[in-house]
Amino acid sequence: MTSAKNIDPQILDASSAPGSGAADDICLEVRDLNMYYGDAQALQSINMPIQRKRVTAFIGPSGCGKSTLLRCFNRMNDLVDSARVEGSILLDGEDIYGPGVRVAQLRQRVGMVFQKPNPFPKSIYENVAYGLRLQGVKSRRTLDEIVEKALRGAALWDEVKDRLHDNALGMSGGQQQRLVIARAIAVEPEVLLLDEPASALDPISTLKIEELIDELKSRYTIVIVTHNMQQAARVSDYTAFMYIGKLIEFDLTNRIFTNPREKMTEDYITGRYG
Amino acid sequence: MENLNIGQHISRRYNEELEDIRNRVLAMGGLVEQQLQDAMSALEQRDEDLAAKVVESDYQVNAMEVAIDEECNVVLARRQPAASDLRLIVAVIKTITDLERIGDEAERIAHMAGKLIGDEKTSRLFTQVRHLGHHVRGMLHGALDAFAHLDTEKAVEVWSEDRMVDREYESLMRELMTFMMEDPRSIPNIVQVMFAARAMERIGDRAGNICEYVIYLVKGKDVRHTRLDQAGEE
Repeated sequence: MTSAKNIDPQILDASSAPGSGAADDICLEVRDLNMYYGDAQALQSINMPIQRKRVTAFIGPSGCGKSTLLRCFNRMNDLVDSARVEGSILLDGEDIYGPGVRVAQLRQRVGMVFQKPNPFPKSIYENVAYGLRLQGVKSRRTLDEIVEKALRGAALWDEVKDRLHDNALGMSGGQQQRLVIARAIAVEPEVLLLDEPASALDPISTLKIEELIDELKSRYTIVIVTHNMQQAARVSDYTAFMYIGKLIEFDLTNRIFTNPREKMTEDYITGRYG
Repeated sequence: MENLNIGQHISRRYNEELEDIRNRVLAMGGLVEQQLQDAMSALEQRDEDLAAKVVESDYQVNAMEVAIDEECNVVLARRQPAASDLRLIVAVIKTITDLERIGDEAERIAHMAGKLIGDEKTSRLFTQVRHLGHHVRGMLHGALDAFAHLDTEKAVEVWSEDRMVDREYESLMRELMTFMMEDPRSIPNIVQVMFAARAMERIGDRAGNICEYVIYLVKGKDVRHTRLDQAGEE
């Protein structure tokens, strides 16, 4: 069983990670995290580092806790009444569950994109500008600049630059998902949490999202939950395999998919009975 | 991963495909083993018919290599194998290349047999070559055995024998050179024997390669270009 204490430090060696070059340090660190929904324990003593400007994928069967863990990173579980968290998650060394942490501010630093694209029933422009307006940005020029930058960042600009004021709900699913990513990055977060971002999309849109993830990781730390193992293999630098609330194995994606240490991981990624 | 289990995929057909690939590799290995045995016998007994049979069976070996390769490509494209499944496919693709080359070497030995027919003087040379031949045949058999049972201990054992084969080959070369100096008229025949010995030595190398793939397949560890004492650990 893997815990942060016995995660091989070599795993975190920058030179062995693909696409290295960016600063290699720990952005988020999960420490002895337990999480409960009422009496049911959903996560059991999770310990895991999330490397800055890298893509970390969570894989595992349904109900293994991967989405629950992802939601802990921006305290989405606070919205669930019965949810209770023990342990800590450090963002740049500070506990996000510590006293005095403002959740709205945290969520600005840790953005999230969900499985189903959820644009607001507003124009493309207003969708992206939404977070900025909430922050009180009023200057038209600033807004224009940031909206364009975010849409370019989400590889959507060329497709929508001539219809920025059309309703976002008229876009295709793949475009909507990229719009939601643009909305998330417009407020310049540090971390992007992606919960099955491509599972409702067709294969080509899926590839576009994956390509986008690859581009975004030069600026953001990305954590992605996916049911599609090949997708995890394609986009991530690190992979965490979870099973019924436990972290079974955490390693470089290259290693997980060629020579995992744990038999459970092996059985899962090769499609065998557990 | 010590506990490799080829079967037990949720997809029964995937199990069957991998099992089929493995069986075909073993069948191909059996054929190559037979080829080598026949080539050796043809050389020892100056049996022209047997030599021709070896040459003939090489087509079959080649066809098997192509067919298994194709099957591996299909699995890669359709199943995107991971972990031990991926290593199995990679190991198979490499193994069949070496098996096919071993077949080529056997064919070469059979050719030598054809060229030596009718000459009695060289018979004393054959005791040495026969010994080398038996040795590499044993290695090939052991390598295929290790592959069949995913037995890394056996693989390391066979792999380590390659050094002995190399030594045997070198001492045979020295001996053959002495013969040539003693009697220059024997040179044409001795050259043929040298070629045959060279082919056998190469077969030993290739059997050693197959052992490396078995270790890679089972342990996920690439031991090529490493020393034996390093490979054996763990």
